[in-house]
Amino acid sequence: MPKMKLKDIISPFYVWQRSFEKPYTNNKPIDERPGAPSYRGFHVNDIEKCVGCGTCETICMNNAIDMVPVENLTAQVGDSGLRPRFDYGRCCWCALCVDICTTSSLRMSNEYAWVTDNPDDFRFTPGVDEKPWDDHPLGYRRDPDYSLLKLERPAMTMLSAEEGLNSFDEVVHGFTPEQAIVEASRCVECNICVATCPAHMNIPGYIKTIREQDFEQGLRLLYETNPFSSTCGRICTHRCEDDCVISHLGKPLAIRWLKRYITDQIPAEKYQQILQHKITENGKKVAIVGAGPGGLSAAYFLRLKGYQVSVYESAEKAGGMLRYGVPTYRLPDDALDKDIDYILSLGVSIHYQTTVGKEIDFQVLYDENDAVFFSTGLNVPSGLRIKGEDHPRVLSGLQVLCDVASQRDPGVGKKVAVIGGGNVAMDAARVCRRIGAEVTILYRRRIEDMPADPEEIEEAQAEKCKFVTQAIPGLIEKAKSLKQVVIQWGEAEMVADDNGGRPRPVLQEDKMHTDSYDCIISAIGQAGNYSFLPEDIKQQLVSQRGKFTVSNHQQTSNTKVFIGGDIANKTADAISAIADGQNAAIGIDEVLSLGMGTK
Amino acid sequence: MPSISQQPHKFDPPLEPDLTSGKYVKIWHGPQHPGITGNMSLELTICGDEVAHCKTHVGYLHRGFEKLMERRTFIQNFPVVCRIAVPEPAFNEYLYAAAIEEIAEIEVPELAQWLRVLNLELMRLASYLMWLGGSSGSFGMTTVYQWTVTHRDYILDLFEEMTGARIYHMYITPGGVRAKLPEGFKGRVLKVMQGVEKLLYEVEKVVFNNHVFKLRSQGLGIISKDMIDEYGIVGPNQRACGFERDLRKDQPYLVYDQLDFEVVTETESDAYTRAWVRYQEMHQSVSMIRQVLDKMPEGGSFHADLPNVLHWNVPAGETYVKAECTRGEYGYYMVTDGSEYLQRIHIRGPSYTHAVSVMEKLAVGINIADVAGLMVSLHTYPPEIER
Ligand SMILES: Cc1cc2nc3c(=O)[nH]c(=O)nc-3n(C[C@H](O)[C@H](O)[C@H](O)COP(=O)(O)OP(=O)(O)OC[C@H]3O[C@@H](n4cnc5c(N)ncnc54)[C@H](O)[C@@H]3O)c2cc1C
Ligand code: SF4
Ligand code: SF4
Repeated sequence: MPKMKLKDIISPFYVWQRSFEKPYTNNKPIDERPGAPSYRGFHVNDIEKCVGCGTCETICMNNAIDMVPVENLTAQVGDSGLRPRFDYGRCCWCALCVDICTTSSLRMSNEYAWVTDNPDDFRFTPGVDEKPWDDHPLGYRRDPDYSLLKLERPAMTMLSAEEGLNSFDEVVHGFTPEQAIVEASRCVECNICVATCPAHMNIPGYIKTIREQDFEQGLRLLYETNPFSSTCGRICTHRCEDDCVISHLGKPLAIRWLKRYITDQIPAEKYQQILQHKITENGKKVAIVGAGPGGLSAAYFLRLKGYQVSVYESAEKAGGMLRYGVPTYRLPDDALDKDIDYILSLGVSIHYQTTVGKEIDFQVLYDENDAVFFSTGLNVPSGLRIKGEDHPRVLSGLQVLCDVASQRDPGVGKKVAVIGGGNVAMDAARVCRRIGAEVTILYRRRIEDMPADPEEIEEAQAEKCKFVTQAIPGLIEKAKSLKQVVIQWGEAEMVADDNGGRPRPVLQEDKMHTDSYDCIISAIGQAGNYSFLPEDIKQQLVSQRGKFTVSNHQQTSNTKVFIGGDIANKTADAISAIADGQNAAIGIDEVLSLGMGTK
Repeated sequence: MPSISQQPHKFDPPLEPDLTSGKYVKIWHGPQHPGITGNMSLELTICGDEVAHCKTHVGYLHRGFEKLMERRTFIQNFPVVCRIAVPEPAFNEYLYAAAIEEIAEIEVPELAQWLRVLNLELMRLASYLMWLGGSSGSFGMTTVYQWTVTHRDYILDLFEEMTGARIYHMYITPGGVRAKLPEGFKGRVLKVMQGVEKLLYEVEKVVFNNHVFKLRSQGLGIISKDMIDEYGIVGPNQRACGFERDLRKDQPYLVYDQLDFEVVTETESDAYTRAWVRYQEMHQSVSMIRQVLDKMPEGGSFHADLPNVLHWNVPAGETYVKAECTRGEYGYYMVTDGSEYLQRIHIRGPSYTHAVSVMEKLAVGINIADVAGLMVSLHTYPPEIER
């Protein structure tokens, strides 16, 4: 037992001192105490910014979030149309959902007290269902210096601009295995890209196979929707990447390069064994005009359904613009052949150098087959519509590219002007640089208005193509030498459009220039050639702004005739043509096997 | 009665007395009892007002954390672990992160290491303040409880600012911490520390220089030296018995090796001494917090670069990491197999021995009125027993 000390008796009376202090507690509700500025209070969501990617739902370990449709909000490009609904019976306010939100739309208020007599109120969609804290100060937000998402792409090795100029070798090298895994792991599997992709490829699915190193499964997934995966893995316009949710805060996933990575891992001779396509003949015949991506994609999907498919192609080789337009430094022949060879291996037959309308009549195909699909592409260059454009030194971009692809000398000389701002113009310019010409690109508007892919523009700049923008061609004249041509062009001023459209270039008559070149390459667009169509069928087809009008399954008002590719879709790129091919196969099959019309 | 051949080991739990003799009464202390920590319960057999036998029950808390964590991805577990020790979540956050960082070889940026120590020492202080209140309450001094809980609340205010929450901070995440310090935060910490020091001065007068407290706590629940390793007794419970062991000193982690402090030890090893050790360690934490604020880098990254946490395959590995929490060594044993999920995790909090075997031994022979005081003097958190 401790010895009793006087100090130990007196000292505890110190307690009394405290009686004179004011209480420490808050006098609620008279005194309110707001949460700290970073308090993890109740959720708020900026409904306009949120794209309904559902990443918040994925990370929540309490299953407190459900993605639900919201009234007056419809799914659009890059937006699922769903919004997160929270269940406060489950939430633990960890704010992982806030940290991972791909758009930073999701945040928290600093409010922490809420009373309601209706238990259903605790399940709500922030930003849609009004809540008392909606106009409270914000609480927790992700610190901008930290992110649960991976926002940067691994740098892909490429030929330098100088190396590129010395050859037609592929510029982009493709990911290394380490890079591919890092890139594949950036995906949040929201599926928004799937909706954007014209062919609705299972993008998160095949990206996952890279993470899991199961490339055979990857190839099978690719071939569910796209028989041109090796090609698209190189030159696709990758609309999917525009809508990749990671692009809201960082660099979108390199979906195109990942697709290429899968196909690069598997040699052509293994395709058959992996894909194991078994074909049961159904005894019906379909004719296809044009062996471009549209035609061959239709052939592939029809063949899988058991149709006997004959393709008619005027060129010597298959591939359409992918072979005769896209230069090999972007798409090497063997990458394209890998895709085409597999399609042919399924028993698709191609009649090469057989122009429909010349070597064989469309009517014959129409009569001898159960259905006809055509995807003949845009191969007639549009004119410049200026005086003197019939000068022999004015060449078309398509012709130059076709010559180079066919190993012919396009005869462009040493000093070239390319007119146009689209991908064909960039390709023609870069091809000319590779065969040793100095290139000037003349374009009516500004660089940011160019329809060409930004990467193409950058690479053309790196390869020292000279860009002269806001330049309107006025007149083409003979030069002193027959090997040259003179162009007069004027500077343009960009004038705001009163109707809110994009600014228009207006020629300034006093700022005219005259230059002479060895040739002028016109690359301002192209149109289709339909002279092969018999008059009665032409009458049945409807077209609008140069494109045929078709059903969702590419059917025309003649139920036996289906159209796809550049001549039918507005986007005019390979993947749209491939998607059209698949849709046409579905449509043709519906009509022929089920005897129904298509939607 | 045991036969001769079954001579009990000196640390075997005492055998239950013969209830049919009519000398004993059995009563339940808890699970709802103000003098119990957490919702544990003690099954006491008493003879008069003296405890003859004590059996512990923790079965009111089983929440299966370890199993739960095998079904969550690595990032999803991060908000789970704090719940394993409610009054002291930060140590669980730290150890979970440290285990992953070790297996995945993640280097934690320097600023994050300082912020972690700041967070952990504030946590220690808050936890001790809560304990001090509980301890005083158990010995009949509920006024002190009001004081200490007030100052704990001021620390919770700091947590609210620093981490976004008062109790479940979810601040120390694998790779670093979740945010840098808010503007002007250091000044507010110093102000709270001043208040705590004043409080400690008062507590010394009222609690430690108090004859009644001394009467009741001195000589109560003496842990003998030979019990320490046999029972696995750690933390202040062992330091009060003369063992100079503290992981912060012995195997420094984070930036503890850059802080100036001495391990507190005493020798009497009873309830009073254990309280006195903790009291001194509170002063020590205040000093460490000041040192951290003084020495920590001004800027820099506070979070390492992680893979996308939605597809995070932590490489296959196995580790045991430990840290000194208020009650001693806290350990996480983790096994990973290279997948997106843990293969196994085992969590070992100090309460496992302190609240079960040690309590069962020390309770025997004490007055029933001191059971609550004894229990609190061991400073235990039942949730970490049934994880
Ligand atoms: C220079 C250039 C670069 C391009 N770059 C890209 C790019 O990077 N990414 C991208 O996605 N897209 C690109 N495109 C567009 C892409 O090539 C086309 O969208 C795609 O090839 C269209 O496919 P299609 O099947 O509709 O037509 P095409 O590919 O044009 O194929 C049509 C085929 O039909 C044949 N044909 C036409 N008429 C007849 C007939 N009467 N009888 C028999 N056969 C006939 C043609 O010879 C041709 O082989 C580019 C196009 C060009 C010109
Ligand atoms: S993560 Fe963000 S953008 Fe995506 S659904 Fe959730 S709140 Fe919306
Ligand atoms: S705060 Fe945490 S628990 Fe709550 S909805 Fe978000 S992720 Fe789920």
